[in-house]
Amino acid sequence: MAEPVLTSPHAESKRPFLTEQRRSRITAYTFISPFFILFSIFGLYPIFFTIYLSFFKWDALGPMKFVGLKNYDLVTSDPTFWISFTNTLIMGLMGTVPQIILALLLAVLLHSGMTKFKKTFRILYFMPNITSIVAVTLVFSTLFGNNGMINWLLNGLGLDSMAFNSGWWGVKIAISTMVMWRWTGYNAIIFLSGLQSIPVDLYEAARIDGANRRQQLTFITLPLLRPFIVFVTLLSTIGALQLFTEPYVFLGQSGTGSTRQEGITMVTYLYSEAFRNGFFGTAAATAVLLFVVTIIFSLLNMLVSSRMGGDTGGGKA
Amino acid sequence: MSTLRAFKKNPDDLGFIGKIGYYIVLILGALVSVFPFYWMFVVATNDKGAVFHVPPLLTLGDQFFDNFKRVLEKADFFQALGNSLFVSSMVTISVVFFCTLAGYAFAKYEFPFKNILFYFVIATLFVPQQLGVLPTYVIMAKLHWIDSFKALIVPAMVNAFGIFWMRQYISTAVHTELIEAGRIDGGGHFRIFWNIAIPVITPAMATLGILNFMTVWNDFFWPLVVLKNKEHFTIQIALQQLFTTRDGLDYGMIMSATFTATLPLLIVFLLFSRWVIAGLTSGAIKS
Repeated sequence: MAEPVLTSPHAESKRPFLTEQRRSRITAYTFISPFFILFSIFGLYPIFFTIYLSFFKWDALGPMKFVGLKNYDLVTSDPTFWISFTNTLIMGLMGTVPQIILALLLAVLLHSGMTKFKKTFRILYFMPNITSIVAVTLVFSTLFGNNGMINWLLNGLGLDSMAFNSGWWGVKIAISTMVMWRWTGYNAIIFLSGLQSIPVDLYEAARIDGANRRQQLTFITLPLLRPFIVFVTLLSTIGALQLFTEPYVFLGQSGTGSTRQEGITMVTYLYSEAFRNGFFGTAAATAVLLFVVTIIFSLLNMLVSSRMGGDTGGGKA
Repeated sequence: MSTLRAFKKNPDDLGFIGKIGYYIVLILGALVSVFPFYWMFVVATNDKGAVFHVPPLLTLGDQFFDNFKRVLEKADFFQALGNSLFVSSMVTISVVFFCTLAGYAFAKYEFPFKNILFYFVIATLFVPQQLGVLPTYVIMAKLHWIDSFKALIVPAMVNAFGIFWMRQYISTAVHTELIEAGRIDGGGHFRIFWNIAIPVITPAMATLGILNFMTVWNDFFWPLVVLKNKEHFTIQIALQQLFTTRDGLDYGMIMSATFTATLPLLIVFLLFSRWVIAGLTSGAIKS
């Protein structure tokens, strides 16, 4: 990667050793170099330095002190860390699973070709995704207030009000709803494009063979949609593990309340360790643990989907 | 399901009840998607108490400017709006330029390790940025960029998604014969890129620009970490700062600010929705 720095695209020498091929290669490397330079500084190096940092005690100002695995000890023996871990997983499940099922349903409905308003629906379903998470959280915090609309609806249905901004489950339901609202339509549109990429004659052939709607769904649509489902699930899982802004803003009304236990997530824990308490070492250890958890879940995701793939692959053959 | 069987001859016809159910679900979904936007405006235009009115108030009021006045008392709202505009524009110009350049190289040049490097770019899409936040913060502190817009702009100047997106578009939109013709005419590499490739790919560049602008405009975590001083806050931080119980939650005020901060993006989205949707979903569709 040192080459591109030496020669700029304008410095074209006519010396014979700079053949046309070599010059074009150098140009290409120059064109792509900004990404690799920036990524090495702000992407790659931070990951390795985080691992290194996790073995030191440091407040970001004074000298660093090597402490071995003590940061990991401190973090894993802190009950708040484990609360943040379970919260992240619970809200991840609550936000992701219903969201993907709902998105699939909406996509199948939109695809069925009955509506003439497909384009309009696409735009409407997509609108939540362009809103900032802060705006989403603020709007939903009015809906989820103690006397807010959601509780009014619950009462109307004969159910008790829920403490959405302080209860253990209430907070999680509110935050998962915000995540779902922002992403369901987006995922539905992705699934819709997936559905549109399936050749129509497959369905016609199945219909001639006497397959009903449900059989078409399980034997054609779902298997062919699998790559899209895998992609969406993977991205949603990674996103769910990084959950921060919703709980931080939603529970942060009193300035310091954002680390409240009902809604603390792993990233919130990391943030408050580093930027509130100045414990960069334990924050780094948290980041490493989060990284490991992210990798485990991504691998799990791929494992499950490849097993699913094995089944459908066998079915197709 | 029984209606399905009754109309087996034409499976696309669900029957009357089926059709109604079908539209009810679709319209309900659309309502849920749109309602919070409307609700934002309802709260923004009514007085303080309206937000928890029982039964919920669903009509627009005339208090918008009074509410918004209280925003201006509490925060440098327009300063924050301007800051966001500046940061988002700078990042967007840079991202569009560098990603187009890199996408062009990946699409139209042959060089050793091209595929490996491209897969590497794609792989970085899956690395969450939050994980590297501590060292990045330390770098910024060393550079004395804490509380400066440079900390927001420089790391974001080029990104993997943009490269991926531009490469896809350039592969099909720019014909290799055109580039070769330019080269026979003696054009330099950058000149060919600028004069031959760019004019053909402006739609893709515009889409990338819009998408990127929205992402930067909406970003919260990193600005929260590096910005310290009120006058440097971006719009998202300013909004979050309004959300405080210090003197009772004034939702009319908060929502008038939120609405004003969301409206520009909403307009841009509605004007360019086809491109924006195509861009934002392209990651899944092409990989």
